[in-house]
Amino acid sequence: MLIARVVGDLTATQKHPSHEGRKILVVQPLNLDGTNRGGALVALDSVDAGVGDRVLLVTDGFAAMTAVGRPPGSPIDMAVIAFIDRIELLPGVS
Amino acid sequence: MFLGRVVGSVWATVKDPQLAGLRMLVVQPVTPSLEDAGQRLVCTDCTGAGAGEIVYWVRSREASFPFLPQEPPTDATVVGIVDSVHLRGEGRAC
Repeated sequence: MLIARVVGDLTATQKHPSHEGRKILVVQPLNLDGTNRGGALVALDSVDAGVGDRVLLVTDGFAAMTAVGRPPGSPIDMAVIAFIDRIELLPGVS
Repeated sequence: MFLGRVVGSVWATVKDPQLAGLRMLVVQPVTPSLEDAGQRLVCTDCTGAGAGEIVYWVRSREASFPFLPQEPPTDATVVGIVDSVHLRGEGRAC
């Protein structure tokens, strides 16, 4: 799983039926120090996250499908599955 | 999943039989602000997307799921046509 920040959302009328009824978020994965980790990604939402929220992102297909309540066989490979309240690290880890 | 812009199509006569009838598109990955990012790739398509359209696409094994029960040998598939992207309150129609 990755730590990510929700930076936007998108609308798509024409899409695979398994994506209907779910918010589609634009998320920016983050390093532990808060800097960007690679480019922004598109993920389905399972927790009603919004812009600015720090969230947990799964990037495995099976985890993502089940998180958004879609059956195995859905073309979904990323989903937002939690809001992050707080991260604690050992001293010296960043 | 990732954002991209359709910049072309690929035709192939001799191919894996499971790819018969599938559209193949050349996709340029883009950032959420729709600037080009990274190298172009070929995606199969389940949406009917055309040249110039902003899309989102899924990679790895999930790319073959829109075509079940067939399992064509594809590792990237366009699964949605993006109408608009909203970044931190700034809407942008595609």
